[in-house]
Amino acid sequence: MTLDRRTFLGAAAAAASLSAPMVHAMGKPRVVVVGGGAGGATAARYIAKDSKGAIDVTLIEPTRTYYTCFFSNLYLGGFKEIDDIGHTYGGLATAGVNVVHDWAIGVDRDAKTVSLAGGATLPYDKLILSPGIDFVDGAVEGWDVSAQNKMPHAYKAGSQSELLKAQLAAMPEGGVFAMVAPPNPYRCPPGPYERVSMVAHFLKQNNPTAKIIVADPKPKFSKMALFQEGWANHYEGMVDWIGDDFGGGNVSVDPDAMTVTIDGEVTKVDVCNVIPAMKAGRIAELAGVTDGNWAPVNAADMSTKTDADVYVLGDASQQGDMPKSGFSANSQAKVCANAVRGALTGSKVFPAKFSNTCWSLIAPNDGVKVGATYEATPEKIAKVDGFISQTGESADVRKATYVESEGWYTGITNDMMG
Amino acid sequence: MSGGCRHRFGAVFLAVFVSLGSAVSGQNGDVTAGEKVFKQCKGCHQVGQDARHRIGPHLNGLFGRKAAGYEDFKYSKSFRRAGAGGLEWHADTLDAFLENPKAIVSGTRMSFRGLKKAQDRADLLAYLRLYSDNPADIPEADPTAVGVDHDLDPAILALQGDPEYGAYLSGECTTCHQAAGGDNGIPSIVFWPEDDFVVAMHAYKSKRRAHPVMQMIAGRLGDEEIAALAAYFANIEE
Ligand SMILES: Cc1cc2nc3c(=O)[nH]c(=O)nc-3n(C[C@H](O)[C@H](O)[C@H](O)COP(=O)(O)OP(=O)(O)OC[C@H]3O[C@@H](n4cnc5c(N)ncnc54)[C@H](O)[C@@H]3O)c2cc1C
Repeated sequence: MTLDRRTFLGAAAAAASLSAPMVHAMGKPRVVVVGGGAGGATAARYIAKDSKGAIDVTLIEPTRTYYTCFFSNLYLGGFKEIDDIGHTYGGLATAGVNVVHDWAIGVDRDAKTVSLAGGATLPYDKLILSPGIDFVDGAVEGWDVSAQNKMPHAYKAGSQSELLKAQLAAMPEGGVFAMVAPPNPYRCPPGPYERVSMVAHFLKQNNPTAKIIVADPKPKFSKMALFQEGWANHYEGMVDWIGDDFGGGNVSVDPDAMTVTIDGEVTKVDVCNVIPAMKAGRIAELAGVTDGNWAPVNAADMSTKTDADVYVLGDASQQGDMPKSGFSANSQAKVCANAVRGALTGSKVFPAKFSNTCWSLIAPNDGVKVGATYEATPEKIAKVDGFISQTGESADVRKATYVESEGWYTGITNDMMG
Repeated sequence: MSGGCRHRFGAVFLAVFVSLGSAVSGQNGDVTAGEKVFKQCKGCHQVGQDARHRIGPHLNGLFGRKAAGYEDFKYSKSFRRAGAGGLEWHADTLDAFLENPKAIVSGTRMSFRGLKKAQDRADLLAYLRLYSDNPADIPEADPTAVGVDHDLDPAILALQGDPEYGAYLSGECTTCHQAAGGDNGIPSIVFWPEDDFVVAMHAYKSKRRAHPVMQMIAGRLGDEEIAALAAYFANIEE
């Protein structure tokens, strides 16, 4: 039997298509990172930088400027301008990351692809999700995302922060600023209380007879003694914190009437900052790696319990003892980057080590901090050691702590964005 | 320190300070002993949290400060002259002053005859340094330097760190310390001599240097890990 041209071509084509996966395997491994925040930007940058071009890294992030939630309270207090907390992605592109400004809208874990709102489908060998948070539907009675212009959350920084600041500045003399604080676990445990401090600072300067009420579903909160000491020292009589013991968890709002009802008592307010209960950014759920509100991960490398090729970092992950902070997300990203690079290129993988420190500003030059180190155990990321600022510290110490937080901000934003 | 230093001090301050450094170095101050020595000073000077000027100025942030540096304290003329002449408080000048105050600032109102024992002075300085400790002064350098303030096992200093391991571990540092150097409130840690880096980290680890974050971070780093970080940061790529 002679081999006719047609059969020959067919056989060649079949051979070529058979060998295609081989060719691909020998080509560059592909990492797709979804979300260019504290976790995602760091992971993308470290993998690109440390693999020196051996790994193809694509970052999907819809916004062109990332406004850090960290220091967004300082913006409200007048210590920062909005531009001070905005960062663009040029540094990542320069570090070799392919930055795509689009939304990830789906993940096919069998085909190992991510689909984008713009229509593209991206294949991956390893997928890293760091989408931050979304809000739990119906968490605060009377509020949903459609009400965020009347009652902003300002818990994703940017336009929401600017809106809240404008509302704060427009408050009538002696008006009322209300905050509905979130239940645990949520992004940045001291965040709402640093915000109360910064709002109080702004009001003390501009509207000293105004009042702040906080309805809180928790009986206690992060750095509570430090904040309460600070509020008493700097903003005496201005802040009314209503904890769970006094019905702070029994709250509803009416965005049209601008009222807040706390334990049956209706109050007319001028500004209402609603920070609802949180869950992992929605793409984690769409990828099928969540269990309840968050995505459980393995502490050693941040891979999900569901799929060894999908990793979740930062706020969206359920990892154990670390607070949901930018510092934590950045720390987790570096452990993950090391593991992913090792898995794809055979580079050495070192044992996981995590740490966190959260600084908060209470008043000008009155900074406090809390921090801890963590290690990976088979069950979770477990706390090793920690410290917290003390009440009654000298003004020098508090000022030094604030100065240090400025240094940290420069450090972490450079570490994320290059 | 020999009496010879004293009369040399009578002349121009600045020129002499440089040569004094070596005379002080090598003496290890003990903080607990220094706290006891400080009892002799307590009648006039406060130090620590909420310290205020009393008969004498408070002694927080003493190291690196210009003599007669507080506007809100009334110094003797003699002290103001010394300050204007460039006297600054560093480990060496403090040591000389404490040995014989009137020899250094002849008209000082401080009625104290001085600490004759070098060890007492070293202990007192180690104690006062706690209230001047500033991360920006690392590595152990002017103005708080009292020489090598550790009895670090030479075997630890001799460890050859693995820079690749250091590169990985450095991720824990660069959340705060900029990899490109630069100090915007948190000191730069790049391009340090490896020994200085190792000495500083072990000082945090043993809690001889005051800073809660650094004590926590260094506290769980092993000798090999500290050596690895030192090796990495000493030669970090720009
Ligand atoms: C008021 C406030 C103060 C804070 N202060 C501090 C502080 O002082 N220190 C500290 O360490 N932390 C602080 N935090 C917490 C910190 O901001 C977060 O913990 C951190 O940003 C979490 O990082 P992340 O990567 O998980 O999420 P993010 O940083 O929120 O990044 C998520 C990114 O994913 C993108 N994204 C989401 N969905 C998709 C999708 N489908 N496709 C593509 N992209 C998507 C988003 O646009 C976003 O850019 C604060 C937070 C708040 C709200």
